[in-house]
Amino acid sequence: MQPELTLMPDLMPALPELFLAVGALVLLMIGAFGGERATPAVTGMSAALIALAALILLFMPAEGATFGGAFVQDAFARYLKILTLIGSGLAIAMSVAYGRAEKFERFEYPVLIVLGTLGMMLIISANDLIAAYLGLELMSLSLYVVASINRDSVRSTEAGLKYFVLGALSSGMLLYGMSLVYGFTGQTDFAAIAQTLAQHGGSLGLTFGLVFVLAGMVFKISAVPFHMWTPDVYEGAPTPVTAYFAAAPKIAAMAMITRIVITAFEPVAMEWQQVVVFVSIASMVLGAFAAIGQKNIKRLMAYSSIGHMGYALVGLVAGSQAGVRGVIIYMSIYLAMTLGTFACILAMRRKEGMVEDISDLSGLSRTNPMMAFLLAMLMFSLAGIPPLAGFFGKFYVFLAAVEAGFYVLAVIGVLTSVVSAFYYLRIVKVMYFDEPAAGFVPMPSELKIVLGLAGVFVIFFVAIAGPLVGAAGTAAKTFF
Amino acid sequence: MYTAIVLLPLLGFLVAGIFGRVIGAKASEYITSGFLIIAAILSWVAFISVGLGDGETQIIPIATWIVSGALDVQWAIRVDTLTAVMLVVVNTVSALVHVYSIGYMHHDPHKSRFFAYLSLFTFAMLTLVTSDNLVQMFFGWEGVGLASYLLIGFWYQRPSANAAAMKAFVVNRIGDFGFALGIFGVYYLFDSVNLATIFANAQGFVESGAEGGGAVLTFLGTPYEPATAMTVVCLLLFMGAMGKSAQFLLHTWLPDAMEGPTPVSALIHAATMVTAGVFMVARLSPLFELSHTALTFVTFIGATTAFFAATIGLVQTDIKRVIAYSTCSQLGYMFVALGVGAYGVGVFHLFTHAFFKALLFLGAGSVIHAVSDEQDMRKMGGLRKHIPLTYWMMIVGTLALTGFPLTAGYFSKDAIIEAAFVGDNAFAQYGFWMTVIAALMTSFYSWRLIFLTFHGKPRASVDVMKHVHESPPVMTVPLMVLALGALVAGFVFSGSFIGHHQGEFWKTALFMSADNHVLEEMHHVPQWVKWSPFVMMVIGLVVAWYFYIKAPDAPKRLAARHDGLYKFLLNKWYFDELYDFLFVRPAMKLGRFLWKRGDGTVIDGFGPDGISTLVQDVTARVVRLQTGYIYHYAFAMLIGVALLVTWTMFAGGGAH
Repeated sequence: MQPELTLMPDLMPALPELFLAVGALVLLMIGAFGGERATPAVTGMSAALIALAALILLFMPAEGATFGGAFVQDAFARYLKILTLIGSGLAIAMSVAYGRAEKFERFEYPVLIVLGTLGMMLIISANDLIAAYLGLELMSLSLYVVASINRDSVRSTEAGLKYFVLGALSSGMLLYGMSLVYGFTGQTDFAAIAQTLAQHGGSLGLTFGLVFVLAGMVFKISAVPFHMWTPDVYEGAPTPVTAYFAAAPKIAAMAMITRIVITAFEPVAMEWQQVVVFVSIASMVLGAFAAIGQKNIKRLMAYSSIGHMGYALVGLVAGSQAGVRGVIIYMSIYLAMTLGTFACILAMRRKEGMVEDISDLSGLSRTNPMMAFLLAMLMFSLAGIPPLAGFFGKFYVFLAAVEAGFYVLAVIGVLTSVVSAFYYLRIVKVMYFDEPAAGFVPMPSELKIVLGLAGVFVIFFVAIAGPLVGAAGTAAKTFF
Repeated sequence: MYTAIVLLPLLGFLVAGIFGRVIGAKASEYITSGFLIIAAILSWVAFISVGLGDGETQIIPIATWIVSGALDVQWAIRVDTLTAVMLVVVNTVSALVHVYSIGYMHHDPHKSRFFAYLSLFTFAMLTLVTSDNLVQMFFGWEGVGLASYLLIGFWYQRPSANAAAMKAFVVNRIGDFGFALGIFGVYYLFDSVNLATIFANAQGFVESGAEGGGAVLTFLGTPYEPATAMTVVCLLLFMGAMGKSAQFLLHTWLPDAMEGPTPVSALIHAATMVTAGVFMVARLSPLFELSHTALTFVTFIGATTAFFAATIGLVQTDIKRVIAYSTCSQLGYMFVALGVGAYGVGVFHLFTHAFFKALLFLGAGSVIHAVSDEQDMRKMGGLRKHIPLTYWMMIVGTLALTGFPLTAGYFSKDAIIEAAFVGDNAFAQYGFWMTVIAALMTSFYSWRLIFLTFHGKPRASVDVMKHVHESPPVMTVPLMVLALGALVAGFVFSGSFIGHHQGEFWKTALFMSADNHVLEEMHHVPQWVKWSPFVMMVIGLVVAWYFYIKAPDAPKRLAARHDGLYKFLLNKWYFDELYDFLFVRPAMKLGRFLWKRGDGTVIDGFGPDGISTLVQDVTARVVRLQTGYIYHYAFAMLIGVALLVTWTMFAGGGAH
């Protein structure tokens, strides 16, 4: 073996990421030289790029590590990366009709999404504090720009600015926490941190660092009390951006949190569990109560997603294989429900433009029965009513929590899901029992497909539960 | 055949009830009536083969119902003479009522429903009378209660009909509660609800107590020995009979049940429902015969009811109410007969009474039909010439009811009075005098009804009188059939039921202990006793004639002179008012309290309403946190981190 060749790391495990990175740069060139006219082509190619990345991911070897162990490819990473790619790809697809109608066709948008997705894939695979931070920043910077992509809209730019300022604050916290962790363990590699902690035990400084790291990360999944940006950004950003925000980044950030707490901080489980318990309860409660007062459906979905992150964290608290499996299942189901719901929200368009109020859905069952039915099913699923998918998501995380002895947490979860059922059911009531408002313009076909897939997924989840739960179990086994 | 008798009405009910809308009212009427007529004919065949022939007691199993531990309940048909008699009574009257209803309910828009209910009613009663165990009997018992509720409240648009239906149901629940306790008691004592098993063990059970057995039953905290335990059980069972047969204290529902359509009244009063109590006591004669105390109580209640209901009947002005109180009174007669141990006599009166009471009710229905749904006798009068056929039918019914010689009532009623005279329990003499006085009053109110309705000058408005018409044949033919029964049933069957052939007739259906000689002795009473009912009947007739034909203003003067008594009777001894004060109002008050304070304030206040208010409150606060100012958000994040750090430092320190 020649020594100079060993300096070059093995690039195979990071093949999809490299593919995306190169692709994004090429598309940027095409967009930059092609101008506005190239936008549809760039959009299409971005979606194709993401689909290809997913295919590569599916057919490459499942295991691998590179860059000195800072980047790992395993079953957990593969599963969550595919989820993320689905979220990003569909987000691009769902933006097409909106962009056309709202004069919002910028080639930067799909390219930024591809770059953000690249960041997400990096953090899912990150096995080192520095790698995690770099990935997170790549993702965040893309998201900041995407949030304010509609430069002519005051609300969009305000949303982007808020997100940027608060995101910078959280990044600061994260970095500060990481430096403390490094300072008290002398390591940045997750496995090495765990080893050091297991040998020497925790310390006050490490606890400080741990809390700051967690605070910086849960900001990305908008868990309470780091959620404040979410409603404003969801409402202010263009709706396709909101759909993107609600799906892919949440999955990636949740994957990163899971990997860090389960691998690096496993020896100090008591500490991080307390933080996560608090954040989880606070998110579930706030998600349940605050959404009741909302009139704007995007704002409502913001609170809804805060609540759902709280439920997913319930599984993480358990810290067991069943818990991680619960988180993975929950995120898969959350992705389907969120994309389906946003497909409906994107279809809320009248001749005079987009509408976003819940009251605009009045009597939808009579103007568009199919959409009303599927949206009702999604709402029932979000509320966690059996036999729809949402019920199983909650079931697996609560089951894991109960098995690990976190009874109070599970009970609070059930109670808040009862409270949150109120606003989901209210949407169903508005659609089915209120006097019909004016109908929406026909749904673009790509939205129809997304909505149809999501509807099939939540309604027939029982049928596909076996393979999905099995795959999630395999992914969860990575850490144990 | 027996299965067909029981199931045909059920089939009719199902067809008319489920497919009534599809097949239409006409078809429903004909199907249910047709089934009932077939069942009635089969019943007579059964009656002749079992009662008059030498048919043994048969048990025909239909299905297994409940098997749980020692409890084994079969659905089976028990056929003996008593059952056969009841089958005849129930099916004959029911068939005629069905046919009559085709005419009477002609204008009603819900005929299918009505006929379905009638058939259900009949089926429930048939289940009751054919039962071979107490649980099946209870099923029929409750089925009858349900059907009566549905039929009394048939015109559910009328608040009074709904109130009457509820009243009937609730009052019956009280009796049914006793009956249920009685059944539990029997099961507790005998480990079986099967009639054959119970009867076989009853005698030995009581005797075991005489040899010094300990307490076997504890009821209301008091332990009882076998003999007294039997009394307790019998009294509880009789409580059920009191409710269903509208005896004194639990009678209040019966007059109100007049709110139902008139054919329903006929069915309730003549064949189904009220006869259930009498049937039950006769059926359980092997148990009652073992408890002297229970029989004495039965006599007392029966005699009191006979007298009490008759006094009220004297002054009522609603034609149906007069007959209703008459039924109540006649049921009292039957219980007197049962109480003194003359079961055959009681059942015989049930049998004859079914004919003339159905006749009177259907006749009254015909009258009401004729005068445009008027029921107040003070607004009738002089109808004889307009509806002669109905008039003569009513005369036949009245003669039979008052016990005119050779009519049906003459045989059965006089037999009861004689049996009461020779009865040997403490209240037998009381029963005798009460029934004799009641006979006088029966005669008076019955003839008063005839005179007020058919004689004298018309008091109805000219408009109504113009429309008075005789009923169609579909209504008058059943009247004639019943009239025939009212005239000859006593004459033809008295020999079998209560005469010298009664032993061969009843066989083992009724049980009389060795020292019960009532049926023997009642044939050897003094002449004055034999004549007393007849004399009473004549006196009643004469007084009624004087009051309502000769001197029509006499009743008014009498009522004015004895104002207090008149009001007392007119208001039915103030029983409704008393119950209202004692039970209804306190119950309403308690209900209102629990509803307003208990449920409204406490449960809703702290439960749903409280929580939803709390949720709204919390929501409002949380939403207010979302100010939109970026420094608030950043502040929240920093506070959050500080809080988490503090929390983990102080509470978390598990690792160090």
